[in-house]
Amino acid sequence: MKRTVCLGALAITGLSAGFASATTLEDVKARGELNCGVNSGLVGFATPDANGNWVGFDVAICKAVAAAVLGDGSKVKYVPLSSQNRFTALSSGEVDILSRNTTWTFSRDVDLKLDFAGVNYYDGQGFMVRKDLGVTSAKELDGSTVCIQTGTTTELNLADYFKANGMEYQPVSVDTNAEGEQQFLAGACDSYTTDASGLAATRAAFANPDDYVILPEIISKEPLGPAVRHGDNEWGDIVRWTLNALIAAEEYGVTSTNVEELASSSENPEVRRLLGQEGDLGAMFGLDADWAKRAIMAGGNYGEIFAATIGESTPIGLARGLNAQWTQGGLLYAPPFR
Amino acid sequence: MSDLHAQTVPYVRDTMLPEQSPPAAQSGAVRWLRENLFSSWFNAALTLLGVAVIYFFIAHYFPWFRHGVWNAASLQECRAIIAEKWGPEASGACWAVIRERWNQIIFGFYPTELYWRPILTFVLLFVAMAPVLYTQLPRVLLWGTVAYPLVAMWLLWGGSIWPVVMIAFGFMLGGVILRIVSRWSALGALVAAIVVPVLFWAFLMGPIDDDLSYIAPIALRPIGSDQFGGFLLAIVIGVGGIVMSLPLGIMLALGRQSDMFLIKTLSVVFIEFIRGVPLITLLFVASTLLNYFLPPGTNFDIILRVMILVTLFSAAYIAEVIRGGLAALPRGQYEAADALGLEYWRAQRLIILPQALKISIPGIVSTFIGMFKDTTLVTFVGLYDPLKSIPDAIRNNFEWKGIYWEPFIFVGVIFFVLNFAMSRYSMYLERRLQRDHH
Repeated sequence: MKRTVCLGALAITGLSAGFASATTLEDVKARGELNCGVNSGLVGFATPDANGNWVGFDVAICKAVAAAVLGDGSKVKYVPLSSQNRFTALSSGEVDILSRNTTWTFSRDVDLKLDFAGVNYYDGQGFMVRKDLGVTSAKELDGSTVCIQTGTTTELNLADYFKANGMEYQPVSVDTNAEGEQQFLAGACDSYTTDASGLAATRAAFANPDDYVILPEIISKEPLGPAVRHGDNEWGDIVRWTLNALIAAEEYGVTSTNVEELASSSENPEVRRLLGQEGDLGAMFGLDADWAKRAIMAGGNYGEIFAATIGESTPIGLARGLNAQWTQGGLLYAPPFR
Repeated sequence: MSDLHAQTVPYVRDTMLPEQSPPAAQSGAVRWLRENLFSSWFNAALTLLGVAVIYFFIAHYFPWFRHGVWNAASLQECRAIIAEKWGPEASGACWAVIRERWNQIIFGFYPTELYWRPILTFVLLFVAMAPVLYTQLPRVLLWGTVAYPLVAMWLLWGGSIWPVVMIAFGFMLGGVILRIVSRWSALGALVAAIVVPVLFWAFLMGPIDDDLSYIAPIALRPIGSDQFGGFLLAIVIGVGGIVMSLPLGIMLALGRQSDMFLIKTLSVVFIEFIRGVPLITLLFVASTLLNYFLPPGTNFDIILRVMILVTLFSAAYIAEVIRGGLAALPRGQYEAADALGLEYWRAQRLIILPQALKISIPGIVSTFIGMFKDTTLVTFVGLYDPLKSIPDAIRNNFEWKGIYWEPFIFVGVIFFVLNFAMSRYSMYLERRLQRDHH
């Protein structure tokens, strides 16, 4: 500890010249730890529990990648990031992955030079209002006040939606979800808008959830996914295919409990390739054959992670909806492993 | 004369009347009320208004405190208990969240079984501060104060003891060299006392550390900076900043008064730059911008980075406060020091600074208190401050989602206690240093 401090102090005085940057994969392996940028707190997605262990849907991605790359899902350093500093943290190298319910948009992908490894949650923006307001559709919100978190895509979507429908609104800016809830409950705004998943969790925690309704309109597409830095395609591939492995595992019925058994007994060639029994997919991006097996064992397949963190059996109670497998009428569709 | 008097005045009393108690309206509580609360119509109206405001606040908020629940596992349970006891419409505080999570507010995510380390560090802090704060204590205790920062670092962050010993040894080496070489040349001694320890740390420390760790592996479990949080973090940054910014501030204040052009210019530029930039900007520089400049892979601890910038920030303010103290000294004090033939450092140490610092105490302590409260701003660089990040993290567990005021109140009370203690100490110090009896 002390030594790193000293070396850092020396480095800042310019005594040591910069050395060439290795690839992210090499950095992570050398460090023995994955630096994962997560939300500083979003119910169900990323939150530290009473003992300081991070749990949640986005956290599970970090664990799966760490398990695939380092062989141990617990070798993750979680870096909590705000919506303002998340992109600088990624591009400056402070984190290796940004798994922080970040919406995949054109400008973030192209202009901010991120690479989105895929989508782990299809979300959309909704509105919540008090029931006694008598509003049944977002189209009736003309002239109302809306509580909105700053620095997010929801802010821009809100402006777009009201403009497209020729309506006016008065924004009440809030910094965090907790503040938004408080303002909404105190009557500072007629409606509260954020991603539908967040609204469901917020409403479920109210003292009287039945006094509030979530309006049926979903006004935006919010594909949330893990992102990496532009330019290190090998690392991007690892994160992308770890996510795909979790999704494919659910499709083929591979779970954390039967993965060992299937690895030895499965006759399905796709499963055999996924679990490293056939072909050498792992070696193609610098990992061993068991990478996907470890990723699945770290927290289960996509369906298991969903059920354990935000699914219908949890207090948050989100339905699979768009996030079901393509075979179940959802949008999850992992490309073939071959 | 008496005849004349008798003719002009019909009756003259020639005995004293016994003293009577003042009328009821002019004594006791009634008089106090009349004088202090109802001395005029306008003041009476103000008093009534004040009473109404106080009544409104108590009537509004007291039930919330009275309905408070201390034993519950979640906010839902709190609500159920309150509804059962005080009726369905009642609202109340859910202090159970503090009861269950107070250790996170105090220690952040420091491992539970190692809480003794920060606690011991905190206790030792008072042992280390005692000889500085109370000059009656024996001076030999000051050595403990000097060693304290290294001991505290080792206890808090853990790891091998040898690097800490090496750093201490480097400082001792510098001190010895300064003593020996200064017999021949003061400037040479200063340069050697800086260069030799730096060379020692840079080149010899690594190998010797490896050997010693091999021979005698004395180590504590290392704890990363990401596990610090809550008041542990606030106090580490606050105390570190206070300890380092006072000497730096004094140097800057003297530098600004200096006759040497370069030193004066540098001091002025530094002070004005830091004072012109918001603290949050500096914190962002510490957290993200430095990463672009440092070679990749450099592990420069985030808490240390923040501490350095907080120190620089408060040093600039301290420098201006002390400059005020220096300016308040009569010109004669400087001239008297010169007349005694004292050279610059002696004059500063013996005559100027003791007086200037005494004048500056209220300002310095105000700056410290402000800085301590500003440590909560580290939430913006992803550190877990006690006021925002930790409560937010607690709220994001479903059991406590919807909790709002309780953590703010708890944290506010702790901050008040600590800051009030600082301000009381400064008043004690001012009284004790009072030299002009008037």
